[in-house]
Amino acid sequence: MHDLVTRAIKSRQPSHEVFRRLRKHRLALIGAAIILVLVFVALLAPFIAPHDPVEQNLGNRLLPPSIEHPSGTDNLGRCILSRLIHGSRVSLQIGIMVVGIASITGVTLGLIAGYRGGLIDELIMRIVDLLLAFPGIILALAIAGILGPSLYNVMLALAVVGWTSYARVVRGSVLSVKEKGFVEAVRVLGASDARIMFRHVLPNVMAPVIVMATLGMAHVILAAAALSFLGLGAQPPTPEWGSMLNDGRAFMRTAPHLTIFPGLAIMVTVLAFNFLGDGLRDILDPRLKEMRR
Amino acid sequence: MLSYVIRRIGLMVFILLGVSVITFSMMHFVPGDPAEMIAMERYGEEITAETIAHVRAELGLDQPVYLQYFHWLTNVLQGDLGYSFRTDRPVLDEILTRLPATVQLALAGMLVALVIAIPVGIISATRQYSAVDNLSMFGALLGVSMSNFWLGLLLILFFSVHLGWLPVFGRNGIEYLILPAITLGTGMAAITTRLVRSSMIEVLGQDYIRAARARGLKERVVIYKHALKNALIPVVTIVGLQFAALLEGAVIVEVIFAWPGIGRLLVDSIFARDFVLIQGCILFIAAMFVLVNLLVDISYAYLDPRICYEAK
Repeated sequence: MHDLVTRAIKSRQPSHEVFRRLRKHRLALIGAAIILVLVFVALLAPFIAPHDPVEQNLGNRLLPPSIEHPSGTDNLGRCILSRLIHGSRVSLQIGIMVVGIASITGVTLGLIAGYRGGLIDELIMRIVDLLLAFPGIILALAIAGILGPSLYNVMLALAVVGWTSYARVVRGSVLSVKEKGFVEAVRVLGASDARIMFRHVLPNVMAPVIVMATLGMAHVILAAAALSFLGLGAQPPTPEWGSMLNDGRAFMRTAPHLTIFPGLAIMVTVLAFNFLGDGLRDILDPRLKEMRR
Repeated sequence: MLSYVIRRIGLMVFILLGVSVITFSMMHFVPGDPAEMIAMERYGEEITAETIAHVRAELGLDQPVYLQYFHWLTNVLQGDLGYSFRTDRPVLDEILTRLPATVQLALAGMLVALVIAIPVGIISATRQYSAVDNLSMFGALLGVSMSNFWLGLLLILFFSVHLGWLPVFGRNGIEYLILPAITLGTGMAAITTRLVRSSMIEVLGQDYIRAARARGLKERVVIYKHALKNALIPVVTIVGLQFAALLEGAVIVEVIFAWPGIGRLLVDSIFARDFVLIQGCILFIAAMFVLVNLLVDISYAYLDPRICYEAK
């Protein structure tokens, strides 16, 4: 009997409910599975990759796909598959770093703006308005361009641009949550503002943040690849998917596999995060279902 | 309505001022001393501290920052965005000669997107959860996830390298526009299709549609005459918001297809470390974006008068 009750209580916990529904969402499951595989590939890259990703072998230039090199070799004779495998590390790292910094900054500032209101709210939201007045990638392009081409600067630029949407969404949710009775109740009990914000309000505004962060991974990986494709991000010999595509452009006529495989890697990764993000959105917040990212 | 427009314009002026502050301060993050760089550009590597000081005074870089900003803003308002380090031509001239190419590309991309999105969205909405709907929604997700640079390269690979049908580089006629426009339009098509579909589904569930059906009107009339008009209102907004994505995409597309637009100018100026030109491009693009958003907001308020009241 006691066991039954605890199980019933457990199953009503929101996280369990989410997992239960996630299991029924086919696309989200596919996305999650691909991401899991990607994470393993990235973690185990040195053990899985058949060759050294940066070792040049000029005798093996531009080989088409074969058993020895399943994705062929590039113009410097490097194994493309090995570079793709190591590239997953770069892309996932960028995604996690940028989304992490942007979401933590955005959520904190959004929380403060929504909860405090007044002057500080006005200040934060006007900064958000200003940054949103620039087309995101173009501002990132300018920042990375002015600071000089490097992966680090790309991450910085994308984080500077990225936190605004989190702040905006969180602030909106906080405005409605803070009027609820339970917040009033905790305040009457004497909880400090910081405690109310982070312990009581924050959990109630996290659903859209989780969705945004998942879709944000897709967006950031794509944007970083685009900046690297333009030559502003990863510098040689770093195996990064976008810059690999850029390298392949010159050899499109003779060796199209240089263009096909890195692009495929980017698309599958981005698609996986979009699948999962869309699924989470359907599950966590049906109202957001058709909202634009 | 009028008060709404005035308020929106006031907000725009504020945003444009902020944009100018951000673009102005960008230059102060450039590693190194700008006066020294410009002096070296002009007089070669062998320069004395005096020459640098002279250049600094000449450019007004020895003044307090707020005076520099004020001076710069006055010039900008008079259309003087400075001179390109590289070509010595006025930055505004450089931008304006490239503008038509970018506008043409953006409009063509938008056209591609709408031509795909509106019919597919309507078909999906009217046959919700059918095979056609599932397929087009999967296609839309694919379109969102496909990087435009890869799509562009694949299109070149197939239509230019493999089939030899279309030219790859430059801007010499309508056939040069086809591949760049498709590359640019695909992502927007994907997002817009989803929006048309959801907006159509919402409208089709409303009472006035039921009333129209009850009056015995043909389904075709109900959908195209009664529902579509209202379903397309949100699409106007997305077209505005997507303008940012179009500008971003244009940078990549212009680089891939050697299209002589503003996006390529920006990328070229970044690699040439031509900071005045970078600054000019960013300012111009942001101003364009802010203006388009204003127009979209106003036309949206015109199409859906409820907006004016909600905004208060």
